[in-house]
Amino acid sequence: MSLAPQTLRGEVTIRHLSKSFTLNGRPLPVLSDVNLQIRSGESLAIVGASGSGKTTLLRILAGLDTADNGEVLIDGKAVKGMGAERAVIFQEPRLLPWLTVLDNVAFGLDTRGGVSREEARNRARRYVHLVGLQAFESAYPRQLSGGMAQRVGIARALAVQPEILLLDEPLGALDAMTKISMQQELTRIWRDEDVTTILVTHDLEEAIYLADRILILPREKNAAPRLIEIDLPRPRDRSSPQFVRHREELLNLFGLH
Amino acid sequence: MSYENVNSTLGADFSLANGPRATPAVLARLNALLPAFLARYGLVLTFLALWQVSSTQGWVNPSVFPPLDLILSALWGSLTSGALLDDIAISLQRSGIAFVAAVVIGIPLGLVMGQARVIEQALDPLLQFFRQTSALALYPVFILLLGLGETSKVFVIFWATLFPILLSTIGGVKEVDTKLIEMARTYGAGRLAIFRRVVLPASVPAIFVGLRLSATTALLLLIAAEMIGANKGIGFQVMNAQYNFQIPLMFAAILLLALLGLLANAVLVLLQRKLCRWAQPNA
Repeated sequence: MSLAPQTLRGEVTIRHLSKSFTLNGRPLPVLSDVNLQIRSGESLAIVGASGSGKTTLLRILAGLDTADNGEVLIDGKAVKGMGAERAVIFQEPRLLPWLTVLDNVAFGLDTRGGVSREEARNRARRYVHLVGLQAFESAYPRQLSGGMAQRVGIARALAVQPEILLLDEPLGALDAMTKISMQQELTRIWRDEDVTTILVTHDLEEAIYLADRILILPREKNAAPRLIEIDLPRPRDRSSPQFVRHREELLNLFGLH
Repeated sequence: MSYENVNSTLGADFSLANGPRATPAVLARLNALLPAFLARYGLVLTFLALWQVSSTQGWVNPSVFPPLDLILSALWGSLTSGALLDDIAISLQRSGIAFVAAVVIGIPLGLVMGQARVIEQALDPLLQFFRQTSALALYPVFILLLGLGETSKVFVIFWATLFPILLSTIGGVKEVDTKLIEMARTYGAGRLAIFRRVVLPASVPAIFVGLRLSATTALLLLIAAEMIGANKGIGFQVMNAQYNFQIPLMFAAILLLALLGLLANAVLVLLQRKLCRWAQPNA
């Protein structure tokens, strides 16, 4: 705990995390004894079959759910509930339909406080620009396509300048083409933002394309989660031999090859 | 080319495109709007025309259904002579006070009840019971309690207008997307901020549905209230004109009521457009 603060920014430690739900009166374990160290500025993808608890893990990290056992430490401090150092991007954009794009992006800055209305709008404008929607600043969410709406959601999360960005299948609802262009855009955005990203996805290729490491959550709760390092330069080439090899490795792990 | 000519020619669009002379822009615009106008008001105009012809031709008894020009001149006469102005004023006052009271009590109460499950569960059976009881059936009770004066009249209108507002506000609050609330929580919004920035704006469209229902109800109840123990008001004038067999005046008062209803609705629609710009297709 004596490390300098800047090396700790956005570092996440997960210790002995367990969680069960109750189904028909019986406990159903979802996560059992998950341990993980996520480095500052790292981009981690969490994959797993449905029911593997990947979304539950993310919701615990976000403070939206509580664990039965274990703890989450951020920058060395145990955290409970939500915090200003984290921002969540959901599968649905979850924009407020009565606010313009700019006001939606400024929403988190408004509610978290600390900046004036003016300053919030200025900062929001920068992030609207970053996601390429400057022409739609004063549009309402209903006028946006699915991909555009999700970009607004991403801008809103980035605008609060979190240390940790938690993404719950953020591109899951988009069509294949929009998805690929958004993945490229995320790579570009993350290169410029100093942020740790934890991404839950069911798309193995997306995980390989975006992540530094991939955590694979097993369906059987007594099996240990696995970690795969993706050491490829960005932007990544989906057809490169290394990329393809990683894909096969993952498919094998899921018994799909 | 005369005005009527352009309007009545079916092939006007065609001749516009090929005509040797350019039609003035105003006429061209009128021409484009005419089909839409006819589609919307054609049936009403036909009905009015049929009324007029049936009455003047004696197809219906003109002393029961007087021709429209008689009704309109009765309306005009009573408005310009000021005979109906007092009635309009007192009617607007009664329904206005009742409506405003219903808004002032119904919306805040609905916002609280929609959010606090405990209060809503406790009050809901009572509300459902009251709602199913016609306000008109309760009017004698109100008269008994409050006398035959203004108070009972205003109260019966208030009673009937309260429920649409209250119930649609509760409905609006309860139907707020919980995912949006969760999103707001992740950005550190507390209860008050969630209410102010998510719940309230999300409920506005539902609240307006209640307001418009209530505005209509207010006028309906107004007439009923004014038919019992009143000596002023538009509803009283309808009854009074009928007793005295001033049938054109009776229809004039009915027409006036309909116009007031349309006006109230138009004002609310305008307000809704202003407040809910985000929900409109071409905002």
